[in-house]
Amino acid sequence: MTAVTDRQRMAYIATQASEARVNVELQTEDMTLNLGPQHPATHGTLRVVAKLNGEQVIDADVVCGYMHRGYEKLTEVRTYPQVTTLINRIDWLSSFANEVPFILAAEKLMDIEAPPRAQYIRTMFFEMARIANIGLFLGEMALQVGALTPAFYAFRDREFVLNQIEAATGGRFHPNYDRIGGLKEDLPKGWVAETQAVMKRLREFCDELEGLVAGNVIFENRCRGVGVIPAEVGKAYGVSGANIRASGVDWDLRRDEPSPLVWKDLDWKVWTHPDGDSFARYWVRLQEVREATLMVDQMLEGLPAGPIQAKVPRIIKVPAGEAWVHTDNPLGEMGFYIVSQGGLGPFRCKIRSASFNNVSVLPWLLRGTYVPDIITILASLYFILGDIDR
Amino acid sequence: MIALVAAVHMPYWLETVIKVVVVLGVIPMMALMLGYVFLMKMMSHMQSRLGPMDAGPHGVLQLVADGVKFLQKEDLTPANADKWVFALAPLLVLISTFLLYVVVPAGPRLVVQDLNTGIFFALAVSSISVIGVLMAGWASANKYSLLGALRAAGQLIAYELPLVLAVIGVVIQAGTMSLQGIVHAQEHGAVFGFDNLGEPFILTQLVGFLLFLMASQAELTQTPFDMPVAESELVAGYMTEYSGFRFLFFFMGEFGTAAALSAIAATLYLGGWYVPGVHGTAADVIGPIVLITKMMLVAFLIFWVRFTYPRFREDQLQAFAWKYLIPIALANILITGLLKVAF
Amino acid sequence: MSGMNEVTGLFKGLGVTFRTMLKGNVTTQYPHEKEAPPTRARGVIALKEENCTVCMLCARQCPDWCIYIEGHKEKRPPRREGGKPRTVNALDRFDIDYALCMYCGICVEVCPFDALFWSPEFEYSEPRIAELLHDKDKLGEWMETVPEPLPLEAGAEKKK
Repeated sequence: MTAVTDRQRMAYIATQASEARVNVELQTEDMTLNLGPQHPATHGTLRVVAKLNGEQVIDADVVCGYMHRGYEKLTEVRTYPQVTTLINRIDWLSSFANEVPFILAAEKLMDIEAPPRAQYIRTMFFEMARIANIGLFLGEMALQVGALTPAFYAFRDREFVLNQIEAATGGRFHPNYDRIGGLKEDLPKGWVAETQAVMKRLREFCDELEGLVAGNVIFENRCRGVGVIPAEVGKAYGVSGANIRASGVDWDLRRDEPSPLVWKDLDWKVWTHPDGDSFARYWVRLQEVREATLMVDQMLEGLPAGPIQAKVPRIIKVPAGEAWVHTDNPLGEMGFYIVSQGGLGPFRCKIRSASFNNVSVLPWLLRGTYVPDIITILASLYFILGDIDR
Repeated sequence: MIALVAAVHMPYWLETVIKVVVVLGVIPMMALMLGYVFLMKMMSHMQSRLGPMDAGPHGVLQLVADGVKFLQKEDLTPANADKWVFALAPLLVLISTFLLYVVVPAGPRLVVQDLNTGIFFALAVSSISVIGVLMAGWASANKYSLLGALRAAGQLIAYELPLVLAVIGVVIQAGTMSLQGIVHAQEHGAVFGFDNLGEPFILTQLVGFLLFLMASQAELTQTPFDMPVAESELVAGYMTEYSGFRFLFFFMGEFGTAAALSAIAATLYLGGWYVPGVHGTAADVIGPIVLITKMMLVAFLIFWVRFTYPRFREDQLQAFAWKYLIPIALANILITGLLKVAF
Repeated sequence: MSGMNEVTGLFKGLGVTFRTMLKGNVTTQYPHEKEAPPTRARGVIALKEENCTVCMLCARQCPDWCIYIEGHKEKRPPRREGGKPRTVNALDRFDIDYALCMYCGICVEVCPFDALFWSPEFEYSEPRIAELLHDKDKLGEWMETVPEPLPLEAGAEKKK
C-alpha cells in the first residue's frame, strides 16, 4: 500500500556508501546538526543528532533518556494505590489512560471484575483522555509546521474536557481515579449533561481545525509525502496507535483485544489511511478525536446504574502470579506486565510505552529528508518524553 | 499651522532637518503602533485571548516596556564574530527602512522629497536590507545563523521580482513613477464616467494588489514565508546572536518596513492621502490620518494572513515565486499595457 | 497548486481566524478576576483534629512520605464509674509538607476515622519553601473551607 519513496531508497544507498567511506578516508563534507535536548521542536528533552549534506539528512541518531525517572524501579517499593498515583505521570497528557492497563492487570491477578457502571465510566474517561491528548496534537502539529493560531484553539477547547475530568475526580491532569475493583467515587450530579455539551463543543473544534489546518494547501504541501512509514517497516519497529493506522494497517487493540472495558458494546469505527505520510497521521488523529466524542456520547446515554466499586478487601494484597494487559492508549499501545509475589505492591513491573517504539523508527525515517521535514516528521509521530523515557 | 509653515519660506537646511526629525520620530511610532495593534492585540483576539493588559490601559505601553527591557540587556558579541560587520548589520537594515519613508507622501505638500523616480527609488532601497541580513548571518560565526541568512537572501531576492513587476502595472496606468503623481492620477481618475470620486487603482489592478501583498509578506519574512526567521530548528535564524538594542534595531526595522510597505501599497492602490472632497490645505491636515488609516487596513491583511497559515518550505517558497507569481505579474503588465493603449 | 479547492480552503482558514477574533476571548484576568474551581478539586488537605487517633495510616500510605505525625499515649478518666483509666493516643504534631505533596489523595481515602478532608483552596503559595509545611493548627483552619460532598449523578448507588 505504501511505497518507499525513491528519495528514501537513494538516501539509504548514500548512507551505506558514506558509512563505508568513513573507514577509508576522513569525512570532510558532512555537517552534524544537533537538535539538542533543549529545543522548541522536540516535545521535551529528546536529542536528534543528524549528519547533513547541505540540507539533506544522511544519517540520524536519536538519543533519549534525558527524562528517565526510574518508574519501573519506583513501582517495586510502593503499594498498588501508590503506584496508581505515580503512573498517571508517565504520559502526562493522557491522564486517565495511563492507569487503566495497570489496574486491569492487577484485577486480572486478583480475579476481580469491576461493576458495569465502573467499566462504562472507565471507558468514558479513557476516551476523554484521548480527546484531550490528541486534541492538543492537532493544534500543536500545526504550530510546528508554522501556524501559530491552531495551538491556542487546541488549548482553549481542551480546557473544557479537563474541567469535566476535574469536576469528577478532583485533578485536571492526574486524576488518580481508577482503583482495583472500580473507581474512587461516583460522578457528581449534572456531570452527564455538561459532558454532552462539551462533546458537542469538541466536535465543532474538530470541524474548525479541519477547515483551518487540514484543508490548508500550504499544510498539505508540507506534509504530504513527507516521512512515509511503510506498513512492514512500521510493524517491524513496533510503531503503534494512529501512526501505524495511518500506514494502512487495520489494527486497534480496543477492537481486537478482549478487555473488560466496554468498547465492544459501542458502535464505532477504526480509521485508517493508506498513505503513511505525515498528513495521513494528522488526518487519522483528527478522525479519531471525532470518533471518540461520538463514543463518549453513546456511553453517556447508555450509562448503567449500579455500584461504582466491587467488594475488595481493605488492605489489598494481590496473589502471586504474572499478568500482561495492553490497551490502545492515545499515543499508541501501552502495556503493563506485572509480576506479583503476593505482597502489598508489585514485585516487578515492566512498562511498555508507545512513544519509545514510535521514536525508534526515526533513524530509518529521517534518512534522505530535508531539515525542515525533520520537524514535520517529529511533530507527526507525536511522542511525549515521559512516555519514551519513563 | 501647516499652511503657515508652508507659507514661510525656510532655508533648505532647516527644512531638511525638520523633515529628518519628523521621519526619525515617525518610524518608531509606526513600528510601535503596528506592533501593538496587530502583533499584540489582533493576534491575541484571533487566538481567543486578551494579550497584554497590565502595562498601561489595555497594555498600550507594553512595547515601551519591552523597549526599555531590551535597552538594559547585556550587549553580547560572539567571540569569533567579525565585530564591525556584526555591529553594522542591524544599522544597514534600519537605514533601508528610513530611506523608504523619504518618498511616501502624507499630503499634497507633506513629503520629504517627491522624487520623479519615486517608486523605483523605494523598491531599490528596500533591497539594501538583504545585504544587512547576509552580514548578520555571516558575522555571527554560527553555522545555523548562516543557514538562515542564506535562505533569507535567496527568498528576499526571489520575491523582489514580483514586487517590482506588480508595481509596473500601476506605473503604466498612472503614467508616472512619482508617488505624488500616482496619488494625483487616482484623484483625477474617473470610474465609468463618475468624475468626482477619483479612481483607486485597486479596482483595475486587483491582481497587482494581491501580488504586491504576497511579495511584501515575503519581503518582511512573515509567515507563510518565514523560513529564515521563526523556524523551529534554527531558533531565530540570522538574528540568533543579537541581543539587547541590536535586536531592537532588527525589530524596529521589521515593523518599520511593514508600515512603510503598507503605506506604499495604500498609496499605489488605495489612493494614499486622498479622500474625495478634500483638497488643498485641508488635505494637508487630513492626509496623514487618511494615509495611516489605509495603511492599517493593508497591514491588517498582511498580519491576518500571518497568523492563519503555516509556513512554506524553502523550495516550495522559491517555486511559488518563480513559477507562479512572476508569470502572473508579467501577464498583468501585458494586459495593463494593452488596455492602456486601447483606451 | 492549482484548483479552486485549495483557494477556498485558504479562504476558509482566514474566515476561522476572523470569526474567532470577533467572538471574544476566554481569558480570565487572574488576579483581578477569579474562577472558582470545581467542588471536588484537590486544593489542600484539612485536618479535623478531634477525629484523629494517631493510627499513622496516612503517614504510612503517603507515596512521598510528606506527613509527619507525632503522638503520645495518655490516660483519660474511665467512661463509667469504677472502671480502669483508658489509654488514648493524643496528637502532638501533624504536619503536611506541601512542597512534597503530590495531591494524590491516598491519605484522605485511607483514613478510617474521617479526619482528613479535601478542600478546593489553592491560593497558599509562599515565598519560602519552609513555609509550605502546614502544621496542625493551619490544617485545622483549612477545615472551614471544606465543602459539602456533592449529590451524585442519577444511577449511582446510594451510600447506606
